[in-house]
Amino acid sequence: MRVRLTDIAHARSGDKGDTANVGVIALRPEWYPLLSQHLTRDRVAQHFEGIIEGGVDRFELPNLKALNFLLHGALDGGGTLSLKTDAQGKVFSTALLRMELDVPDAEARALGLPAAT
Amino acid sequence: MSRVVRVAGGQGFWGDWPEAPRRQVEGGPVDYLMLDYLAEVTMSILQKQKERDATMGYARDFVGAMESVLSAVAERGVKVIANAGGVNPEACAAAVRAMAVKAGRPEALRIGIVTGDNLLPRIDELLAMGHELRNMDTGEPLSVVRDRVIAANAYIGSTPIVEALAQGANVVITGRSTDTALTMAPLRHEFGWGAAEWDKLAAGIIAGHIIECGAQSSGGNCLHDWRNIPALADVGYPIVEGSADGTFVVTKHAGTGGRVSVPTVTEQLVYEMGDPHAYITPDVVADFTSIQLEDAGADRVRVFGITGAPATDKLKVSIAYKSGYKAVGSLVYAWPDALEKAQVADRVLRERLDRLGLKFEKVLSEFVGASATHGRLAGDAGRAAPEVQYRIGVRDADKKKVERFTREIVPLVLNGPPSVTGFAGGRPKVEEIVAYWPALVDKSVVQTQVEVR
Repeated sequence: MRVRLTDIAHARSGDKGDTANVGVIALRPEWYPLLSQHLTRDRVAQHFEGIIEGGVDRFELPNLKALNFLLHGALDGGGTLSLKTDAQGKVFSTALLRMELDVPDAEARALGLPAAT
Repeated sequence: MSRVVRVAGGQGFWGDWPEAPRRQVEGGPVDYLMLDYLAEVTMSILQKQKERDATMGYARDFVGAMESVLSAVAERGVKVIANAGGVNPEACAAAVRAMAVKAGRPEALRIGIVTGDNLLPRIDELLAMGHELRNMDTGEPLSVVRDRVIAANAYIGSTPIVEALAQGANVVITGRSTDTALTMAPLRHEFGWGAAEWDKLAAGIIAGHIIECGAQSSGGNCLHDWRNIPALADVGYPIVEGSADGTFVVTKHAGTGGRVSVPTVTEQLVYEMGDPHAYITPDVVADFTSIQLEDAGADRVRVFGITGAPATDKLKVSIAYKSGYKAVGSLVYAWPDALEKAQVADRVLRERLDRLGLKFEKVLSEFVGASATHGRLAGDAGRAAPEVQYRIGVRDADKKKVERFTREIVPLVLNGPPSVTGFAGGRPKVEEIVAYWPALVDKSVVQTQVEVR
């Protein structure tokens, strides 16, 4: 089943220099393992390929049912240097939430995941 | 019930809601009002202001904020802690004092002034001593940009603020103290936490992180269930109710709008997060993976379980230096085929820049309404978009080239593709770029001073 990340998680993003961070938080605690399984460093790097210039770091916060991603080289130099509308990485959060996941039907049903429409 | 100390967040940055400080002290009981004014680039703006006028260089909004809470400070003992001092805490204190005199209450204020963070006059001395002040991101030594440095401030921690409170200050004005220390310091002062009680200090820092961005933890800018967050026009700013054991509750005043819930607090916790295992501050290294959140009733979230590790022997230094010029301009193209028209305009403009022989360090084109913030992830805006804003910016060390660029945008209104509007601002202005250079310095070279007057 296709599942949209925006239907199972919320997120906030911000900046540190030329790096944007995106914290992704499961909408239900029982969905966190699925997020952790699907949102690998490589998967997120692939999602932002051509949009960021550097690599991706990934951290787990099981206590908050959240993952934190650092997207390096995301902000055209960052802060005052940047020519971008989103110079401070404020909406990389929802850019990540555009991702769709392929979840086996049985697992999706067991977790009560909403299907992408 | 054990004693709680209430610290209210009243400003999340310089430019935040002017109503918030007064609402925080009038909406219910608070012991401390915490006001955060400084972002990474703010110090350089303030430094420029101080160079033009020696009595400036601080967050002037703070004087108005103090005026709005003066009676609460004078009559109800609310104490105020703010990093409004910028690069001139003495002048900030003098302006607040003058306001109190004018209001007929000069006796109401005992102002604590924290200084020592400003390293600008000492840069050459530090370099000569062998402190290279290497850029934490690029590894380059500061000597590369030394002649263009316009501000340098060490991020200082809670200790001098605690000292000022211990000396009886009811208003503490700092320069570049960390945002989080402004909240941790009053908790440390009230509960007598020692300088090596790492878990409690870490809890105070995380309490500070939660309220340092104003309403961003109480329903503002919250994606979770955003449609149903009540009464944002009347949003309540966050309040920490701290206990001696380091646990605390995040809440807001009864009857205000917004929301404090596990999701709203979690969104703020992950904001601007780096490695969650090591949130490094001058006082302690806090571990965000230890934080436990619990729903504790309507608009109340209990926070507990926080651990911290010993502080490092370094302080972060925020250095600002001049780094060339930039200009950004825009035009709006309307249906039909708005995006295609904007893309043609971009090709025409870039061809003209080429013919003028103008090469820039960077040229960036964006199409707002199609792809400006999410790039290719946004998919195809199609032909149906009612309008698309064409936005183009350039950056270069040569100011003349950037100025010449600014004259090439508006002509497109008459000599480029059709259905164009939104040029009311005329030529964009050229901005000098003040860039940010983060570095580390040994703690031992920074001595803070506290004066209460």
